Amino acid sequence: METGLFTFLIVNLIKIVVVVVILLMAVAYTVLLERKLVGRIQNRWGPSRVGPFGLLQPLADGAKLFLKEDLMPLAVERPLYVLAPMIALGCALTSIAVIPFGANIQWHGVDLFQISDVSIGLLILLGITSVGVYGIALSGWSSNNKYSLLGALRASAQVISYELALGLSLVGVVMRAGSLRLRDIVNVQTGHSAVAFLHWNFFEGFQFVAFFVYLMAAYAETNRAPFDLPEAESELTAGYHTEYSSMKFAMFFMAEYANMITVGCVATLLFFGGWSSPFGHFLSGSGRISTAILAVFWFVVKVFFFLFLYIWVRGTLPRFRYDQLMGFGWKFLVPVAIANIVVTGLWMGLRLPVH
Amino acid sequence: MHLALFLIFGALCVAGALNLLLQRHPINSALSLIVVMSSLAVLYLLLGAEFLAAAQVIVYAGAIMVLFTFVIMLLNAGREERTRGSKMAYVIGFPGAAVLLALLAYVFISHSGDFHRVHVGEYVVSTAALSGVLFRDLLLPFEVTSILILIAILGAVALARKEH
Repeated sequence: METGLFTFLIVNLIKIVVVVVILLMAVAYTVLLERKLVGRIQNRWGPSRVGPFGLLQPLADGAKLFLKEDLMPLAVERPLYVLAPMIALGCALTSIAVIPFGANIQWHGVDLFQISDVSIGLLILLGITSVGVYGIALSGWSSNNKYSLLGALRASAQVISYELALGLSLVGVVMRAGSLRLRDIVNVQTGHSAVAFLHWNFFEGFQFVAFFVYLMAAYAETNRAPFDLPEAESELTAGYHTEYSSMKFAMFFMAEYANMITVGCVATLLFFGGWSSPFGHFLSGSGRISTAILAVFWFVVKVFFFLFLYIWVRGTLPRFRYDQLMGFGWKFLVPVAIANIVVTGLWMGLRLPVH
Repeated sequence: MHLALFLIFGALCVAGALNLLLQRHPINSALSLIVVMSSLAVLYLLLGAEFLAAAQVIVYAGAIMVLFTFVIMLLNAGREERTRGSKMAYVIGFPGAAVLLALLAYVFISHSGDFHRVHVGEYVVSTAALSGVLFRDLLLPFEVTSILILIAILGAVALARKEH
């Protein structure tokens, strides 16, 4: 390593702080976006009073949640009840660490647009997701409330079931890239022609089946509509976070939206060419700085599209019934994901010469 | 750096294992087991087995332990009662453990010449190299193991099925 340990630590600390602040801001404004869009879908305005177009609403919400009384019910399992929202938020924020936001631009040997470039980045994302479910599971159990417990049980069952389909849907992409490093996966998909978007895994790799399996499994993993059974308000009051108030509730809320953003980032990186411009050299920059900025611009645009889709789906689709959820996951998504692996393998085997 | 990480996570692993035995509530024991699994993943990573480390977290610390906590929650298992332990444990358990320990120590000491020093964090086995070994050189044992697991799954389904 050319850079000293001290510089390394300082630069990485700055990167982490910047990324976390941007992520939390994005979380706050995703909430506003959701309220606005769902409002429009339901033929009403959504928040419009605080600031111009309601743009300061997230700040007001944050202040409100900070100032509310932090109720601690008497019958809870104390350490686990406090630990659960921390696990949920901690895992949600950690997974952003392996995500590259822009082209690999080095400054004094430090990668500017990614916190850490790990050779098994995709697996680390899956690992963090699988640990993150403990936040929900423990919160429901330690609340000592039957609605919370039911929500937690649903969440754990749902997450382990859909994790299988999620993992299998990514195998096709990994086979095509031959690497688990997220930067390598993006580099496979970049092209320079005017229709560079045809090189995306979604089109060229015939991974659109994998993409739809991934998208549905990811919606279930993040407990979002139409798979939001762990917090189904018509059946379970508020599900696993019924007993939580103030900042502890806010931590679950932030974790959910941070997970949405991570899912959007992963979908962008794996299937939609990451930070590369969809039209080759069009809007991909000429100088060093403009290249860097436009790469981040394309990445943000694509992630925004996925957040929009998330909210659109939430505003449109009704909630699944529990047995439908399990049947859909095990009997439809998993076989389709396995078939996708087989077909991708055959296609690659026929196209590539045998060494 | 690597040595410090090894010591920290080795200690965490042992502490988690002890806590697993000493805790009286099953859910705390299950959580300690998660700590043990995750620390083991870090130790694998230090030995250069990156895929194994990730698989350890995804499969063991994630899926399998979620199932454990799921069952504990569903059964609503309460606190364990402390007993003095059965007499059999004292009569057979302690000598048995001592014999096992002595046997292992004997084997390790008598074969100490065959062991090599492991340098923590020196090399990394890439996922591609691992898959080469797994799917080319050791394909038959791998497939036989997966059939064994398939049989176990079928057996579980057969046992769980209600009689009509």
